[in-house]
Amino acid sequence: MTTPEDVLVRAETLRNRLPSSFRDEIVQSLYAEAERIARRAVKTAGNRQYDLDQRIDRLVTAPVTGLLIMLLLLTVVIWMTVSGANVISDFLFTLLFGVGDWARALFVEWGVPWWITGFVWDGVYRCLAWVVSVMLPPMAIFFPAFTLLEDLGYLPRVAFNLDWLFRKAGAHGKQSLTMMMGFGCNAAGVISTRVIDSPRERLIAILTNNFVPCNGRFPTLIMLATVFVAAGFGGAAASVIAAGAVVAVVLIGVAFTFLMSWLLSRTVLRGEASAFTLELPPYRRPNVLRILYTSLIDRTIFVLWRAMLTAAPAGAVIWLLANIPFGDASLAVAIARWLDGFGRLLGLDGAILLAYIIAIPANEIVVPTMMMIYTNAGMMVEAPANDSAIRALLVDQQGWTLLTAINLMLFSLLHNPCATTIITIFKETRSYKWAAMSVAITLGTAFLVTFLTASLARLAGLSLRSGALALAEPVEARAGAAPGGIVVVLICPGAG
Amino acid sequence: MTRPTTDDPCAACPAYARLEQMGIKMDRYDRVVALAGNPNTGKSTLFNALTGLKQHTGNWPGKTVTRAEGGYQFNGVKYKLVDLPGTYSLLSTSQDEEVARDFLLFGQPDCTIVVTDATALERNLNLVLQVLEITDKVVVAVNLIDEARRKGIEVDTRTLSRDLGVPAVPIVARSGEGIITLLSTVADVIEGRIITHPRRVEGTPAFQQAIQELTPLIEQLAPGIPNARWLAIRLLEGDARVQRAIRSGELADIVARQRAAEDRLSGTAAIIGRQ
Repeated sequence: MTTPEDVLVRAETLRNRLPSSFRDEIVQSLYAEAERIARRAVKTAGNRQYDLDQRIDRLVTAPVTGLLIMLLLLTVVIWMTVSGANVISDFLFTLLFGVGDWARALFVEWGVPWWITGFVWDGVYRCLAWVVSVMLPPMAIFFPAFTLLEDLGYLPRVAFNLDWLFRKAGAHGKQSLTMMMGFGCNAAGVISTRVIDSPRERLIAILTNNFVPCNGRFPTLIMLATVFVAAGFGGAAASVIAAGAVVAVVLIGVAFTFLMSWLLSRTVLRGEASAFTLELPPYRRPNVLRILYTSLIDRTIFVLWRAMLTAAPAGAVIWLLANIPFGDASLAVAIARWLDGFGRLLGLDGAILLAYIIAIPANEIVVPTMMMIYTNAGMMVEAPANDSAIRALLVDQQGWTLLTAINLMLFSLLHNPCATTIITIFKETRSYKWAAMSVAITLGTAFLVTFLTASLARLAGLSLRSGALALAEPVEARAGAAPGGIVVVLICPGAG
Repeated sequence: MTRPTTDDPCAACPAYARLEQMGIKMDRYDRVVALAGNPNTGKSTLFNALTGLKQHTGNWPGKTVTRAEGGYQFNGVKYKLVDLPGTYSLLSTSQDEEVARDFLLFGQPDCTIVVTDATALERNLNLVLQVLEITDKVVVAVNLIDEARRKGIEVDTRTLSRDLGVPAVPIVARSGEGIITLLSTVADVIEGRIITHPRRVEGTPAFQQAIQELTPLIEQLAPGIPNARWLAIRLLEGDARVQRAIRSGELADIVARQRAAEDRLSGTAAIIGRQ
């Protein structure tokens, strides 16, 4: 009777009897055989297409032009997203909020109790409408553009261009491929790190993937860039400035990826970057119908659906928080006030931090949640539905400055991964330690960076966030007895 | 032999072949076919063409990192198709390569289609030869022949078949060219209408002898194991995964599962024959 141990022992003795080079010999004879068979079966004539591919590659992968082309493509894609998204967003806002207001009025007319009307239309529906009008347009433009580049065969060229930087950071060159997947969704980015062989470099790629802003965070960045950074400019210039600001944020994220990879590979994940071969595929003509299908149905609708699933309960939670009395105010106001001190330290405020806590399940709902806290906890019935209304709410009523917006953009770029991504990191690493580490690294960086910029700004005497939190107490508001000192502003008549 | 009568005049022709995409409806299937190949050779494109699913494809190596499953029906037989991550070899230990290797070794597909890129055949053949070490039931799909043609590259699939000892079929997965031939070849290999004689890399005499000594031991350990020779090679190379499989008794399980599957399949085949 043969036992497993017998077989293993026998294999061991046989192996020791073989010359130590036998493994290389096997691989070599394999390669020689492949070459021989291929030579017999393949006939090659002239090669014009190949020449063209090579000429394009010489430009696209050269040290200087390669980086410039990369930057240009990134800017063009983001500019298209920013300028196109605005138009569709405005339309969706008007449409969806119009429907909401009409339905709300109908409920009031029917004499439905105020708390049902509020819960359904001011809570759940409004958050959903926000998410759809903020999220859908940028995705519907960004995803097809990105899929087009993917189908052309451009992504591996980016990996080739950035390889030397990753090597310097002690990370794997294929990490840039995983980062590009992260633009779509960080959870997808984390899964795509499987292409990296070395566990050490794979962990680095997983832990830093969140520094690439995903599609859930793009709308936040785009909105802030449009409303604050590009506010003083008109027409075409505004969209270029806004796109430039978003590109700058993306580049800061890339810089943090390198910095953090470098730090990790010199501390907890010590080691050298491993060599690898990366094939540059031929440029292929993209299949337009398939691109539209993949990017719109699979990616856009999928991500939007996920966002809506988290937005509906988030809207309910916000409305409840804003309508459950706590002390002299509502629960939302109490929490926001309690967080306010810490928020100010980071150049933000309590309402923003509360929005980030509620939005842990999905980054997509940060802005809607923030707006809901500002509006629901205040006494406004109307939600801001276009750029000037948002500006009116944030600047005139809540005292935001450009620096608040910049700090929020930085925070949005650097803060913790969403719940889906954290779960994915746990699944991929099978380790609570690394999942927790991914949160600690990103949140720590976000706190540190925003604290530093806020402190520097304060030292320079710049105003970060003027005025107090303008959050009112809704119970009195319902009774119609607006107390003095609380700002009551009805904005955006356009949506009504 | 009676064929189901339909109004379709093509159905009367003996060369008539029917492909039905079955998406993810795979609760009952008769055969398992694996899709292997180098990265970026169009495995996922072929997978989508056969199953009607919309597995993401992209023009870069490493797009598929997990295995996807779908189904198709060809001439009345239901096939489960498993799309494996693209790998350059089966010898290293990165996670996507292990997914592919484990499935070929322990998943026991009835046939493996190795998708190759006609424009870079030599590099692709390295993997083909490694797959041939594991299993006899292989069909080589020479994909992207349209691209190769444009580049002035001509692949002689008959010579290739003869040298490899397994069928090689030229296809264009994107347009569907050659896919029916590929599927009927796969069916022929599975049902034994085509007998393959896979080319195996010999190695040095000392190595050959070591394999010959070890292979019968593995066969004694797990009677009926189909790829004892490959396992012997891996053990000689000190492969930890295979050592683990031997120690844990996983091999015996595989053989048992294989037997059960064969019993079930011969039953199904009888039913199909009766129709």
